[in-house]
Amino acid sequence: MKAEEVTRYSILVLTLMLLIGRPAWAGEAQPVAADPALEERVTALATELRCLVCQNQTLADSNAPLAVDLRNQIRDRMREGASEHDIIAFMVERYGDFVLYRPPWKATTALLWLGPVLLMLGGLAALFIRLARRRREDAAPALSSAERARVAALLADEPGAEKR
Amino acid sequence: MNRYLLPLGVFAGLVLLLGVGLSLNPREVPSPLIGKPAPTFELPQLHEPQKRFAPAQMKGTVWVLNVWASWCAACRDEHPVLADFARSGAAPLYGLNYKDKRDDAIAWLKRYGDPYAASVVDADGRIGIDYGVYGVPETYVIDKQGVIRYKRIGPVTPAILKDKIVPLITELNRG
Repeated sequence: MKAEEVTRYSILVLTLMLLIGRPAWAGEAQPVAADPALEERVTALATELRCLVCQNQTLADSNAPLAVDLRNQIRDRMREGASEHDIIAFMVERYGDFVLYRPPWKATTALLWLGPVLLMLGGLAALFIRLARRRREDAAPALSSAERARVAALLADEPGAEKR
Repeated sequence: MNRYLLPLGVFAGLVLLLGVGLSLNPREVPSPLIGKPAPTFELPQLHEPQKRFAPAQMKGTVWVLNVWASWCAACRDEHPVLADFARSGAAPLYGLNYKDKRDDAIAWLKRYGDPYAASVVDADGRIGIDYGVYGVPETYVIDKQGVIRYKRIGPVTPAILKDKIVPLITELNRG
């Protein structure tokens, strides 16, 4: 009986929430930019930049308040006629190279860029050294000619060897 | 014996590298603003909006700018440390009230105490972006020429205050 009441109340409350909630949700919708071409440019640039708060998301993906602010900054600046290059410079000035998903080529980033190549070269070198060593081991005559003769003699002496 | 030496060496190297990596804090992004002039602004003060504050007014003084907000939990942790700092009188402490509501901010200062000589209002976070703020609280030490000399991202701890900020202020005041 009590459970029934609870259910009835829950349904009532949920219905009310749905009725009341609707205008509030409508208000939260992101304003669609009047200029889709501009919006495309903003998004394209925002996917190149890192969200500082979440760090593994791009500015385009993140809904952190700072990411929203920075996207708005990008939009405002583009509207004022700034190029992609200008805006990237603006971001780097404030947040450093860390905001770039494609870090610039610098002394401090050399290892970052060359690391994968170095690892692959190291792996290839190790592989070749190993293969060369194995080939040398295989090529080396396992037995001297005297030993070979002895083996042949022993095999010939073996009973049953002749039968086959 | 020898054949195990190389893999062991590689393993030890990896452990060392990853160990160092683990001890680093990825949240601490080195600020490109160190050694650069503090971005200018002119903003209304929190308590007296008709009065404005600009970093240019601080020329000739070593001062500290702390970015805070009433919604920021870590700011509350940091608060007693800043209060101690303000009481010591090592350098004037100004607040940048970041993306906050004026009433909330004033109530917060009333509740926990106001260590700031003044706080300015950065309601939309524009100035915060100029200062490269991404994790409130943040703290900047600015020298007599208006150059940023130190930036702390996250709450100032008593250890950082004692080992970094206060010695730096003393040094900057001497120079």
